[in-house]
Amino acid sequence: MQADIGGDVAENTILEVEGLKKTFGGLLALDDLSFDVKRGEIFSIIGPNGAGKTTIFNLISGVLPTTSGEIRFQSKAINGLKPHVIAGLGLSRTFQNLQVFNNMSVLENVMVGRHLQSAYGMISAGLRLPGGQREEREIADRAMEHLAFVGLDSAAAMGASSLPFGKQRTLEIARAMATEPKLLMLDEPGAGLNRPEKEALDGLVRRIRDRGVTVVLVEHDMAFVMGIAERIIVLDYGEKIAEGTPDEVQKDPKVIAAYLGDEEIHLI
Amino acid sequence: MQRQGWRRHQISIGIGVFAIVIFLLGWIEMARPLGFEFSDVTGGIVGFDTLIRVGLLTIVVVGLNMLMGHAGQISLGQAGFYAIGAYVSAIMTTRAASRGINVLFPGVIREEWWWWPWLMILAGMVVTGGIAYLIGRPVLRLKGHYLAMGTLGVGLIIFVLFREGGTFTGASDGVGSVPRLCIGSFEMWPRERYYFLVWAVALAVMWLSLNIVNSRVGRGLRAIEGSELAAQTMGVDIEKFKLQVFVLSTVYASIAGSLYAHYQTLVNPTPFGFVGSLDLVIMAALGGLASIWGAPFGVGIVYVIKEVLRARLQTLLRGAGGEHEIIIFGLLLVLIMIFMPQGLSYAAGKAFGWLRNLSRRERKNPIDRLTEKAT
Repeated sequence: MQADIGGDVAENTILEVEGLKKTFGGLLALDDLSFDVKRGEIFSIIGPNGAGKTTIFNLISGVLPTTSGEIRFQSKAINGLKPHVIAGLGLSRTFQNLQVFNNMSVLENVMVGRHLQSAYGMISAGLRLPGGQREEREIADRAMEHLAFVGLDSAAAMGASSLPFGKQRTLEIARAMATEPKLLMLDEPGAGLNRPEKEALDGLVRRIRDRGVTVVLVEHDMAFVMGIAERIIVLDYGEKIAEGTPDEVQKDPKVIAAYLGDEEIHLI
Repeated sequence: MQRQGWRRHQISIGIGVFAIVIFLLGWIEMARPLGFEFSDVTGGIVGFDTLIRVGLLTIVVVGLNMLMGHAGQISLGQAGFYAIGAYVSAIMTTRAASRGINVLFPGVIREEWWWWPWLMILAGMVVTGGIAYLIGRPVLRLKGHYLAMGTLGVGLIIFVLFREGGTFTGASDGVGSVPRLCIGSFEMWPRERYYFLVWAVALAVMWLSLNIVNSRVGRGLRAIEGSELAAQTMGVDIEKFKLQVFVLSTVYASIAGSLYAHYQTLVNPTPFGFVGSLDLVIMAALGGLASIWGAPFGVGIVYVIKEVLRARLQTLLRGAGGEHEIIIFGLLLVLIMIFMPQGLSYAAGKAFGWLRNLSRRERKNPIDRLTEKAT
């Protein structure tokens, strides 16, 4: 595998994680984890509860500091950078526990996503200088487009907290897309969604990929992941136990053991 | 965006309406139509002087509103920054023999330099903003109760420094004979002129703040209050934004402090202690933390309650003194916060929304429209 990629690593690989380790006090959350994400693919990280999936996202997005190891985004080391700097490089994410801005409207939530696509500051805002006003219209227009992309445009003026749960998840995706990311990390986007909502989500993730955005997905729902992901890594107790296509991963005895437990295999 | 455009006009219209009300109140005092002056309109309880003080504190409370209501960061030391503005103006413009500029620059500042006090207002803003910047960097890393304690400490330190400043700050006697403000030979006095000056500044500060709140910067601030986690991953530099809004709020406090010094012509430490800071937070909360419009009403209601109690409590409760006023004032605060936990402006907005809904009840709920679209 490594051999055929050869010198094109930098071009084909958007995210490289190498020897990543994270401890919380004495607890080892991630141990010596390495994986690559290729440009334009839908990549998924799965594993039982507490396997460290969300921790990976928190480390990559800079929300938590790494203990050791390196994370490279487009060949640039990003560990140690502040979250807003990482966001500026083209890496965006959603949250498993929703982090919608409840004190704003749906449209304003997405407009926050345009923060780095605009630059005018406090003085320009306070005095209504024409440059800022122009940027503001641009922000609103683009935000509206992103709402339309996920199908929430008719709810633009509503308070974000009055959206139903599933729509709030969609709103987080629109907000993350508004940052114009190159890589989008979705943290359990399907959690708490019903079947039609999951089907809509499946379509949305594919459309995001078709826009040229690489998608990394943490997910619980096996059927959903197996249907959409091109490559998967499986985590158990902070360690990578398998990597490959959905078919390969599903047949891996270690994966079956991790999900069903060893004893059940004996019983079968 | 139609909505955005409407909001843009909303701010200007609101400020315009406000300005007209302010003008009418000032005109009543100046022109005395039918022989009435302002305090007669309120039955002699609330005087014209109160209107000026409400204007002064509105400037401070608007800053607190942005800091607390929009960025979600508390400050229990705001009176300290109010004090810095007041003392910079007082010390730098007082010509009393033993203190003020005569000590710092003997004979340098000329009598005919009418612009000198105005320059010192700017100097106060710069000094206050600079101090807030230096203090804010470490203190704003604190969160919640710890931030409250940190800012409380900062406020107390500033207060004690002024009280114990010896002849330089006049210790507990303070600095007296602060001159009136002038533009050329036009003096900002009598009171009615000063009233217009104070409220012009207050309205300008409100306009500025409303514009900021409804902008990219304001959204960044509200994002910090909504979820710091999401705000930073959306690219908001939360440390920079917290610091910016903190410095801005203290600069507002400084302007108000300077105007207070030139109004009162005497600055002493009493109004700038912990109770002063607490009063400011109460005013901000009563007006509605997330509402710039609420600021003047929050300040106003505190003054009105206090003055009504002072004027009327004697007749309701024989032998009532200052302690009774404080007890009843506290009781009223508790009642207001129970029945209007989001403040006056929010309650008023809700009442307005309810009236509007009555008139267009047939309009569809947006959630229904969403689900219709999905199916």
